[in-house]
Amino acid sequence: MIEVRNLTKLYGDHAAVSDLSFNIEKGQIYGFLGPNGAGKSTTMNIMTGCLAATSGEVKIGGYDIVEEPQKAKKLIGYLPELPPLYPDQTPKEYLEFVAEAKGVRKAEAKKQIAHAMQVTQIEDVQNRLCKNLSKGYRQRVGIAQALLGDPEVIILDEPTVGLDPKQIIEIRDLIRELGKEHTVILSSHILSEVQAVCETIMIINKGKLVACDSAENLESFFSGRFELSLTADCGKERAEELVAAEGLNVEKSDEKDGKTFLTVSTQREDGDEICRELFFRFSKAGIALLSMSASKASLEDVFMKLTQESEDSPAEEQAPAGEQETAEGGSSAADDDASVIAPEEYKEEAGY
Amino acid sequence: MNAIYKHELKGYMTNVTAYVFGLFILLFAGIYTMVYNLGHQVVNFEFVPGSMPYIFLVGVPILTMRVLAEERKQKTDQLLYSLPVSMHKVVCGKYFAMLTVFAIPLLIICVYPLILRSYGNVPLATAYSTMLGFFFLGAALIAIGMFISSLTESQPVAAGLCFIVMLVNYYLASMLKFVSTTARTNMMVITVIAAGIAFLVYLMTQSSTAALACAVVMEAVICFTYLKNSASYEGLLSKLGGHLSLFDRFENFYQGSFDLTTLVFYLSVIAVFLFLSVQSMEKRRWS
Repeated sequence: MIEVRNLTKLYGDHAAVSDLSFNIEKGQIYGFLGPNGAGKSTTMNIMTGCLAATSGEVKIGGYDIVEEPQKAKKLIGYLPELPPLYPDQTPKEYLEFVAEAKGVRKAEAKKQIAHAMQVTQIEDVQNRLCKNLSKGYRQRVGIAQALLGDPEVIILDEPTVGLDPKQIIEIRDLIRELGKEHTVILSSHILSEVQAVCETIMIINKGKLVACDSAENLESFFSGRFELSLTADCGKERAEELVAAEGLNVEKSDEKDGKTFLTVSTQREDGDEICRELFFRFSKAGIALLSMSASKASLEDVFMKLTQESEDSPAEEQAPAGEQETAEGGSSAADDDASVIAPEEYKEEAGY
Repeated sequence: MNAIYKHELKGYMTNVTAYVFGLFILLFAGIYTMVYNLGHQVVNFEFVPGSMPYIFLVGVPILTMRVLAEERKQKTDQLLYSLPVSMHKVVCGKYFAMLTVFAIPLLIICVYPLILRSYGNVPLATAYSTMLGFFFLGAALIAIGMFISSLTESQPVAAGLCFIVMLVNYYLASMLKFVSTTARTNMMVITVIAAGIAFLVYLMTQSSTAALACAVVMEAVICFTYLKNSASYEGLLSKLGGHLSLFDRFENFYQGSFDLTTLVFYLSVIAVFLFLSVQSMEKRRWS
């Protein structure tokens, strides 16, 4: 449906997007995930023709956005970061204008506007001026605008920013509804949001794609993942052998002064049991464990690691590959930066 | 284009600017009709629009300041960029909306000569050809104002800049009359202007080669023509001023001639500035 090839956008010397390539398939909900300034909005602006790329190409349904902008744009509905509303118009007038500008025929436009207003639940405010609407309603009018012309792809740039928890839940439900009939791409810097709504997650950092996989795959790979850091009083080979016998994956091992520092991971969830078994296994072999600490790697950790370390790791198509290149200490960083995880609270409230 | 036109026109109608602009024109037309035609009992209606061009100094900035600057400020330009409508249609739609707002008070004024006719022998042909000239003068100035509005996202800046441009244009011919008429001074001033244009080219393209090439070509032409026939430079600037000032050219109309060259000149100015507005909007996509 959408092909993005080697997209690069330079602002002076700064690369907002560098050599980004991906494909968007029909009928799925995609999530662009990345910290602020990762290049999400820039990418979306280029995909919708609002911005021209320095190099690379974007094809929407086979039409190049630069060569055949009219045909390509007909296939897209776009909600920019700020909903582009005219303050002195009512939502109804606004939607009528957009429908006409998108070339929808009069009778059809009436139907579509009614449908869009119903889906986004803005019928009650349709005759109030946009400047008097709350942020949540403006966002919805913006989404209603994107729905007009029945585009195949709907692109939403941070659709839930600045909304209260209840509104966030409503907008998420709305996006899920839209995903049934359209291909939806949304961007967010909030992990739980993307996790809750999207079928495929694309993690972007510093203008590069660092991971792209289905939410289930990413989750199943990482969420049950258990990580252990241990220091064993023996050589590297012996330590690795003992750990491997326990059925654990060695992520990292270093030998120094006759001691071995190990980082191991497992898909098993019974963390305490693993620690117990490891402890006795080492002691049976007559080797002292000098330290052992356990931590559970969550999707947040992965996100933090990927977005922090992607500078030195090349863009990976598969998240696991990207994860393996990460060094220790990623999980503690996630704990420090609580802001990324904060919206998790919303999630709990909503009963996800 | 139709959608943009209707939308823009609606925007003007729900906003106070269109009414202020219309009232402004009607007020001055009313005053001049009172003074000339009723007070002094002159039959020539063309003096009314003939005396009015200076209202554009304030009227055009008021009308045009928001047209593109506001889109940028409200970030609604993102919608325009993402709509399946080409930028020249957007610009033309907006321009025609402004023309409509401008044409409505003029249509009302066009009734005046007909009313006056019941009291005397009003020369209708001159009156209406002057009105037509007045309309096209305004249309050309509005196109310039629109281009200025596309350069900034602040309405006051657009209005201020537009006012200065209108003012310079208004006094262009009279100012250039102060330049000495000798060939040498004229050549020197034109050289400076050419350097200024080259600098503008640099500002717009950010390419020193293009600006340099532009400067070299212009200087070469100036030197060549000066060396070949220095007499052609005598009084050139004040002549040029008379040709380029949109306001001065309007004089021909109320002096009784239907000046087709001036109409063509106005149309060219409109075309050039609409083109520049489109380019200015397109350029933002690439910044």
